[in-house]
Amino acid sequence: MIKQINAVLAIAQRDFMELLRDPARLVSSLIFPLIFIVVLGGSLQASFGDADFNLLTFTFTGVLAQTLFQSSAQGVISVIADREKDFSQEIFVTPISRYSIILGKALGETLVALPQGLALVLLGFILGVGMTLTRAIALFPVALVACMLGAAFGVLVLSNLKSQRSANQVFPFVLLPQFFLAGVFNPINDLPPALAFFSTLAPMRYAVDLMRATYYSGREEYSRVVLANPATNLLIVGVMFLVFLVVGTALFVRKERNR
Amino acid sequence: MPTSGSVRIGGFDVKSQSDRVRSQIGIVFQQPSLDLGLTAEENVRFHAILYGLYPWRPTYRTMPSAYRARFKELSEVLGLKAEMFKPVKRFSGGMKRKLEIVRSLMHEPKVLFLDEPTAGLDADSRRSLWDYLKLIRTKTGATVFLTTHYLEEAEEADTICIIDGGRIVSFGTPADIKRDLVDEYVVVTPADPAALRRELAALGVAYTEEGAFRLELNGSNVHSMLKSIDTPLLTVKTHMPSLEDAYIAVLKRSDQAD
Repeated sequence: MIKQINAVLAIAQRDFMELLRDPARLVSSLIFPLIFIVVLGGSLQASFGDADFNLLTFTFTGVLAQTLFQSSAQGVISVIADREKDFSQEIFVTPISRYSIILGKALGETLVALPQGLALVLLGFILGVGMTLTRAIALFPVALVACMLGAAFGVLVLSNLKSQRSANQVFPFVLLPQFFLAGVFNPINDLPPALAFFSTLAPMRYAVDLMRATYYSGREEYSRVVLANPATNLLIVGVMFLVFLVVGTALFVRKERNR
Repeated sequence: MPTSGSVRIGGFDVKSQSDRVRSQIGIVFQQPSLDLGLTAEENVRFHAILYGLYPWRPTYRTMPSAYRARFKELSEVLGLKAEMFKPVKRFSGGMKRKLEIVRSLMHEPKVLFLDEPTAGLDADSRRSLWDYLKLIRTKTGATVFLTTHYLEEAEEADTICIIDGGRIVSFGTPADIKRDLVDEYVVVTPADPAALRRELAALGVAYTEEGAFRLELNGSNVHSMLKSIDTPLLTVKTHMPSLEDAYIAVLKRSDQAD
């Protein structure tokens, strides 16, 4: 058991070291979130927002959750890249449980995503979205949840992929719809029944909603922005996390064995 | 996984005790499987922790002293020192191989598998790699199991197995394989062919005549064969097969059997 934990930590550290060695990656990973927040959020606010319902803040919180979720999910997919670089051979011949390998990867990518979240939170102080130190601290556990859920989702996607190329093709398809179904930029309180149904299936929705529940806590917009009780969201996130991780890892292990 | 029968490595069944087997073996793949973004030492440390040899610690300095001692010892054996703390992406092909061998020896495997370890290396690196492999074999007592296409490399093996089309076509010591498969013979040109013919017939030596005489040794040695001939010889050429000759003969024979 101790050996498995050590292995999980070593695998996680490897991913984190990769980020430290390549700080440009952190900067480039912030470009899209910034465009979303500043350009999209800013223009939405200017066109449709008002003093009561700030769309810039709404977009900021949505993008924060989305960035953490997506970064972790995409990071886990790097197992595929390792395989193409022949590095995973090295990992897979070690006498370590496949589950530990995946768990280490998920933890590592969470560590890679968190600095991105931190950078966005720091930007929050100058963007005029009402960021305070108390809020920033309160966001941390939610950020962790968003990363873990994203990583588990990544494992599930990964288990159905063959190559880096298929990953590049499939990823926009499984992520982009979630941007809108999760209401990252667009309020989704009133959706047509079909879209409302699909929205409940989008894992990102729960990360975004938890993020907003924390950020808007104690604000008067809370009831208009937050969709569900945080406890309910947390329960759903917990179930999704476990199902994604267990099913994803089982499928992945089976596929590796057949290779 | 075996399609039939069972495979045991270090006494453990590969199917039912795969984790035990994995901890008994070291593997160096044909394609270098190093993380180029990490330093050489980090690659080794990563491996050692995954094999459960040492607890995880964030840096080399904080790793247990037993790890550092083993790491130093192996790096020195393979002649890598200061390089060990540099990123692997700056390593040459030969250095990467050596690093992989250091890594694979960290957990003291009983069997070290090498899949064409010298493929793509220059002559110099190839030779030094072999010297290290010999050293490791004598020092650690590990069995070195390797595949190669360079047959002269296999000359020094204890046992050779030739596989063709998925079937074992020859198995034994290099000398056995050569003896089994390729004839050893002497080609001589006599001053007086008629005299030699008479003499060979009297001695009972099998020979063929194609301009020169080809005398089959059939297990006897060259010296005694030549000594038994009194007819003056103008040229003598001995044919001792290399492993490569044996290999080609094996493949030819197995093709004919198909």
